[in-house]
Amino acid sequence: MAMNFEYRVEGGDFTHAGYASSQVKKMLKQLGVESTVIKRVVVCLYEAEVNIVAHAWNGVIIITLDADNILMKLTDNGPGIADIELAMQKGYSTASPEVREMGFGAGMGLPNISANADRFVITSEPGRGTSLEITINLNGNAV
Amino acid sequence: MKVTDIVEKLELKVFSGHEGLGKEVCGGYTSDLLSDVMGHAGAGNAWITIQSHRNVIAIASLRDLSAVILTCGEKPADDTVAQSNEEGIPLLGTGLSTFELSGKLYALIG
Ligand SMILES: Nc1ncnc2c1ncn2[C@@H]1O[C@H](COP(=O)(O)OP(=O)(O)O)[C@@H](O)[C@H]1O
Ligand SMILES: [Mg+2]
Repeated sequence: MAMNFEYRVEGGDFTHAGYASSQVKKMLKQLGVESTVIKRVVVCLYEAEVNIVAHAWNGVIIITLDADNILMKLTDNGPGIADIELAMQKGYSTASPEVREMGFGAGMGLPNISANADRFVITSEPGRGTSLEITINLNGNAV
Repeated sequence: MKVTDIVEKLELKVFSGHEGLGKEVCGGYTSDLLSDVMGHAGAGNAWITIQSHRNVIAIASLRDLSAVILTCGEKPADDTVAQSNEEGIPLLGTGLSTFELSGKLYALIG
């Protein structure tokens, strides 16, 4: 049986950035998922969540959890990404000076997701928004 | 070594998160880039940084870090203190530079 959870994310709201990641972490911990797997989920979800806050206008996170996998779907309304290959490069960032000053905007978010996900699909429509699908295998130790 | 031990040995100020002073410190990580810490810090690390806003505590909690140490006399924002108390993650401070404190912590537990 699959479980679904939904979270809303507002662009520019750094105060609540990481809320969904923290809720999902608690849930996986309760389900007894291995800490190395939780770590990878948290890295992916936090980076994706912060990207909506830092780069988009608003978005929705849908988490689907079944016995084998966690699927994290993040869909935002925002400027989108014109050149995904470029955006995926380590160090590439269009973050504002204010955001960089906070220590975000190192251009390591998408590479971090890529390194920690078992499956990562990113699509974007410039001028409209961006969608991410991140899957991590739970090694059969949840739900 | 516990957080209380490094507080005492490195003469750190405890701003908040007293509940977590008994946490075990397993190594440290020095960085002001949040994604760097997110991706590369290890569980139990004490995080040395000049970033003092509340997202630092969110990251420390998500990655199971043992403490956050603010250097160069940096003071935490009020909501950082509140978040640290809520999560039970010690928020510590020193007047030393990041370089000096990292060296001292390394000598102690590295
Ligand atoms: N959800 C998004 N909407 C619009 N642009 C994005 C989004 N996510 C990432 N980007 C673009 O990709 C770049 C690289 O993202 P990332 O690797 O997370 O680095 P950073 O967020 O530190 O800039 C961003 O600077 C931005 O230009
Ligand atoms: Mg990012």
